[in-house]
Amino acid sequence: MKRIYLDHIAATPLRPEAFEAMRPYLGDAFGNPQSLHAAGREAQEAVEAAREEVAALIGASASEIYFTSSGSEANNFAVKGMAAGQQARGRHIVVSAIEHTSVLNSVKALERAGFSATLVPVDRDGRIEPAEVEKALTKDTVLVSTMMANSEVGTIEPVAAIAAVCRARNVLFHTDAVAAAGSIPIDVKALGVDALSLAGDQFYGPKGAAALYVRKGARILPLIDGGIQEGGRRGGTENVAGIVGLGRAAALARAEMAARTAALVPLRDRLLDELPRRIEHVLVTGSRAERLPHHASFCIEFVEGEAMLLFLDMQGIAASSGSACTSKSLKASHVLLAMGYDHATAQGSLVFSLIDGTGAEDIEALFTAFPPIVEKLRGMSPLYTQYLKDRGSDVQR
Amino acid sequence: MYSDKVMDHFANPRNVGVLADADGMGQVGNPVCGDMMTFYIKVKDDRLADVKFQTFGCGAAIAVSSMVSEMAKGKTLDEGLAITNDLVAAELGGLPKNKMHCSNLGADALHEAIKNYRDKLAGRAPKEGGAVDLHEHEGCACPYCETALEEEDKTFCRACRIEFEECPACGGITKKGDAACIHCGRPLGDKG
Repeated sequence: MKRIYLDHIAATPLRPEAFEAMRPYLGDAFGNPQSLHAAGREAQEAVEAAREEVAALIGASASEIYFTSSGSEANNFAVKGMAAGQQARGRHIVVSAIEHTSVLNSVKALERAGFSATLVPVDRDGRIEPAEVEKALTKDTVLVSTMMANSEVGTIEPVAAIAAVCRARNVLFHTDAVAAAGSIPIDVKALGVDALSLAGDQFYGPKGAAALYVRKGARILPLIDGGIQEGGRRGGTENVAGIVGLGRAAALARAEMAARTAALVPLRDRLLDELPRRIEHVLVTGSRAERLPHHASFCIEFVEGEAMLLFLDMQGIAASSGSACTSKSLKASHVLLAMGYDHATAQGSLVFSLIDGTGAEDIEALFTAFPPIVEKLRGMSPLYTQYLKDRGSDVQR
Repeated sequence: MYSDKVMDHFANPRNVGVLADADGMGQVGNPVCGDMMTFYIKVKDDRLADVKFQTFGCGAAIAVSSMVSEMAKGKTLDEGLAITNDLVAAELGGLPKNKMHCSNLGADALHEAIKNYRDKLAGRAPKEGGAVDLHEHEGCACPYCETALEEEDKTFCRACRIEFEECPACGGITKKGDAACIHCGRPLGDKG
């Protein structure tokens, strides 16, 4: 059975070039970058070369890049570190309602420590209105954090406009670009952001290697206290191989982004246009116009996401869902609820996210495999039975 | 994640369907927490002559419904009422910890159907079934620590010692006294 992987948002495959670049640092080139000797210098040079590549991907200077272990750590570092660095000025934070849990739970931790926070609502497309962010600012606000793109619904946010609002009010602005970096062009100077998170496993780099950009001059306190690594802002011996893989993946993403986008967008659009035609009661979630090039997300009404994922998996197709049942906490997606979807509809959340190499034949295979799955699950769904009954009585009237 | 037996009952569920002339019907759960199950029973000589179900929910919910229907078929009504959540989970070779919730619903739905039949038989007004109220079963886990909340007190997390209220906009549970709902961001302050 051919396996069709449509779960970019969970993890992308590691590029062989990145793997090859990492290999020496898992073997003979094991030195600690902080050591003075030749082995240490070799590791340090590799880390600094990777820093240049990551900086180049987002238009930053190498000295503004801090390596972390994950996108979640980068988000924790930005939110907690910048809030702590500003608390003498004020203790209010503004974030959107659709942020990743690593941002939302960092904010909750800060609330327990005496900060207050405002959640900015989003519209039906999952778009954060800059005017709503402006309305949420108080004289006590010291930090705003809103994402660049949402991984559940694919919407790309108006980050430059939100950054401008914050700059005008002299408030620091962080954007979680984990879902966006490597997939769409980013220039931190043009955007005017103070901090930006990215992660290698979202653009064909290794897991466990990510970074936070912090604009030169923006104040941030360490999340991990330790030695002199990362300019004293992030303790811990560097994950040299991971960082090297991240750097290589960043260089590849920069070189190949335009071609990859050109290849994936028509497939994405075919999915978004055609799936609701092939199956009744399928809603496209997120913005059509401002959308990640690899991202197609839906709510399939009257059925639940995990059940669909299990049947798709039996046919070799990998996808994601934000349904309550797929999360350990049994909560429906906070993103879809914030966008105004009701619980039952949000339960039918399904995300197909394309990767390098996804072909037109894969999308056609999905069109063949998927409708019978929905039909089978609707056949046993009491919600669908009730819908048919209600519709029947409407017709009789 | 799931045992082979769970996957078998999920992929090939037994006794799916609706009994148009059912003697009893029971519906439990709610899409807010992920699962909803409807059981239909046909009773002959105090035995469950036929059992059918419909389920909206995850793999575990579907497998549990299927297993309950299989265990119940042919049993007396009292034997049906003696089918417990633990027995169903054990018969399925175990369920992941966070899915035990689903096994509770399966046996409950069958019990509701049996009660519905007995109520009708005794001339008592059966409980209204069929309507789905999205707000009746609020919040299944604490939004802060993700500990499952008690069925009888969904407005308080014992682990965090936080009190909750229901957001009038999205129906999610959010911390009492907060300025805005943590799920949808709507301001909570003035309720008019």
